[in-house]
Amino acid sequence: MKPRQQRMLALGLSAIGLIAASFLTFKAFNENMMFFVNITDAVENTNIPADKDFRVGGLVVEGSIFRQPGNLMMSFALTDNINRLEVEYTGVVPDLFREGQGVIAHGRLKENGVFIAKTILAKHDENYMPPEVMESLATNALEKVSSNNN
Amino acid sequence: MSSPRYFYSIATSLIPWFLVSGLILMVAGLINGLFYAPPDYQQGDAFRIIYVHVPSAYISMMAYSLMAFAAFVALIWRIKIAHAVIVGAAPLGAWFTFLALLTGSIWGRPMWGTWWEWGDPRLTSELLMLFLYLGYMALRASLPNLAQADKLSAILILIGAINIPIIHFSVEWWTSLHQGPTLLKAGGPAIDSLMLYPLLAMIIGTTLYFGSLLLVRTKAEVLNREKNSRWAKKMLLGDQL
Repeated sequence: MKPRQQRMLALGLSAIGLIAASFLTFKAFNENMMFFVNITDAVENTNIPADKDFRVGGLVVEGSIFRQPGNLMMSFALTDNINRLEVEYTGVVPDLFREGQGVIAHGRLKENGVFIAKTILAKHDENYMPPEVMESLATNALEKVSSNNN
Repeated sequence: MSSPRYFYSIATSLIPWFLVSGLILMVAGLINGLFYAPPDYQQGDAFRIIYVHVPSAYISMMAYSLMAFAAFVALIWRIKIAHAVIVGAAPLGAWFTFLALLTGSIWGRPMWGTWWEWGDPRLTSELLMLFLYLGYMALRASLPNLAQADKLSAILILIGAINIPIIHFSVEWWTSLHQGPTLLKAGGPAIDSLMLYPLLAMIIGTTLYFGSLLLVRTKAEVLNREKNSRWAKKMLLGDQL
């Protein structure tokens, strides 16, 4: 074998080893890097670390946000469009927190099924558009719904 | 291109073109992005950090991919210029990685509600890349023998290249706070064209600017490596030789 072919072989073998190592890392990541649990798991109490804080992610239910006048206490509900989880939180919410938005609450579940959040993180999507475009999209969607109903 | 002497003269003539076209595109992109692009329907004006964040993040990964490619070429075909390119690119890549992390953090505080989340796959893998850049530079600095430093640091860069697809696909493989790709989305970019064009100008402009800096730095590295050669002495000392 020429020296160049030897180097190629050495590099190729290390690459195979590296791919195997990263495959194992990847598997470990998949088991541990669960950034949040979904609403159904939280409500049905599966997949939840016992007596520990965890993150739960879902959409803020329309019309579910209630704020206490005079302080920072608030409550809202999260859903994965199957189940519903009541959340209580005291503090300032991120700018992207609003009805219908995907958020992640970090805290723990009380026995009565209410989630007490210590932090609220808002997740946003990959779409960027001006407000007018969003409004016209919403109007079009409404018109479509009403024309379907007729 | 693999002859240091030709590389040096070609780089010298390319640098002004890269620099001027890059700066023009960056100025045009920034002015249009900051003043003429419409605000986002959810983020308002805060989305405008995209014009610095996305080019920085893109360059941080492109620079590393370039270094990994150069490391491969350098190790297999023993092309010396390739080592100089890696040395030239490393601090630039590290700074753009830092800039991507910093602007992401500044944006994340009001929008997500956090400066930083440990365990978030996109954030963690990008931070890992910053450590790979710094580790590369530290490894080189600790090895006084040039040939040894070249070889070992190139191997480190190749091993770290596994992180590049992990960064890119982290938002699809795992649940991350970070949103999915906007520009490379299936079915075309999910961004209004008035916001998109300044972003493309910034991405291309920053790439050209990066290219000019890379050529300047690689030239200096080539000269340092070739300081005892005839052509370098002749060019630097001219008639005094």
